[in-house]
Amino acid sequence: MNEHIARQIREFITDRYPQTSISDDDDIFSLGFINSLFAMELVMFIERTFDISIPNTDLQIGHFRTVNAMKALVKSQVVVTSRA
Amino acid sequence: MTITESYPPPATVGSELPSVVDRASAARFVDEYVVPYADDYDRAGRVPEALLATIADAGLWAPFLPVEYGGSGVDMVALGEIHEEVGRGCSSVRSLLTVHTMVCWAVQRWGSRAQREHWLPRLARGAALGAFCLTEAQAGSDTSRIATTARRRDGAWVLNGGKKWITGGQRADVFLVFARTERGVGAFLVPREAPGVHVNPVTEVLGTRASLLGDVVLRDAVAGPDALLGPDGFASGMVMTGVLDLGRYSVAAGSVGIIQGCLDACASYTSQRSVSTGALRDLQLVRAKISDMVTDVRAGRLLYQRAGELRDAGDEDTLMATFVAKYFASRAAARHASEAVQIHGAIGCSPAHPVARYYRDAKVMEIIEGSSEIQQLTIAADAYRGVAAA
Repeated sequence: MNEHIARQIREFITDRYPQTSISDDDDIFSLGFINSLFAMELVMFIERTFDISIPNTDLQIGHFRTVNAMKALVKSQVVVTSRA
Repeated sequence: MTITESYPPPATVGSELPSVVDRASAARFVDEYVVPYADDYDRAGRVPEALLATIADAGLWAPFLPVEYGGSGVDMVALGEIHEEVGRGCSSVRSLLTVHTMVCWAVQRWGSRAQREHWLPRLARGAALGAFCLTEAQAGSDTSRIATTARRRDGAWVLNGGKKWITGGQRADVFLVFARTERGVGAFLVPREAPGVHVNPVTEVLGTRASLLGDVVLRDAVAGPDALLGPDGFASGMVMTGVLDLGRYSVAAGSVGIIQGCLDACASYTSQRSVSTGALRDLQLVRAKISDMVTDVRAGRLLYQRAGELRDAGDEDTLMATFVAKYFASRAAARHASEAVQIHGAIGCSPAHPVARYYRDAKVMEIIEGSSEIQQLTIAADAYRGVAAA
């Protein structure tokens, strides 16, 4: 499950930037391609792919800095959704 | 300035109008309440209050909002088709719908429960009209130069700065203002009646002359403690990105409406007007222009509809699809509006025919919600995303 989430997020990023090689702990903001357009695409991708809605309070840079951070965000939202 | 006896349109306040929920109902509304008067609005330099009320009666301000908030729950494809029809009739009216739609969507997508419950029912029924305040004297396409500030003071937000070319600014009840905070650029809901908010009308512009343009001055403008819309800091840029995306979508659809208006006008005029060899419609050079209009109106429509489908599906590819649709449709509208004037000859340069208005309005489409050059940079950047530089 964990690896499945991480792989999908990683593939989304590398599909758009094939020249980029990232590990799950790399800071994607240090790679130089993050702008508001890509940030919006990333959030929409995560919400659509994992069928979650990320609340405003969780739209913090720390939750999107690495693949592992995004994986943790998805897991937390899946738990919230399944409890609701 | 001459205003015909038909201006403003018949009052319908309090009457039961069929709701506008799709292309067909939008077309009927536009043909009855907009098309006959659009040139009068243009000459008068304003859409009259009576029409704003009629739009409200028809549920046209925000039909995409959920029923629970007073909308009709139409999807984005249908919303695009509605805005195309309105754009066919009058780009000033469509511009007012565009910015109102942007504000509604921002509140729906990013607003707190309290913000949604306060604003959305009012916005849906047109009891409050919204305007989008981004552009400044030194910040147009380059939004990184936004200088308007928002600071916390005694629990409230205090804004200072100036916003220019604000569609609907003369009339809007609430402004969605982008201002610089200590953490980035935030979006703020600022009521018109807030202390320190001043609006100066902007008149006699090239196109969309009736769109109630205004410059909004914020001088120690005091908004409530809950004025901030959506996240601050990292994600605040997404509010702007998302709102502009929807604006581009509406402008793309409205631009297709302009092309359709040009096509309708040219097909009609060239069928009535003759030269020594026969009707204008039989001239091959005229037919070449008409065929290009037919082709581009269909292509533009398919482009924005595809963007709408992706948006309805929550697919992130909608963002680039909308850039492409807006770029194509606005450029095509400007090109075909120019040809429409050419086909009409001298009468096309006069206020006696709508093609002069289409021509002026179409030029504006290439500038608003991101100029064509910004669209080009973004579209090309997307093309190069997956290709490493040598």
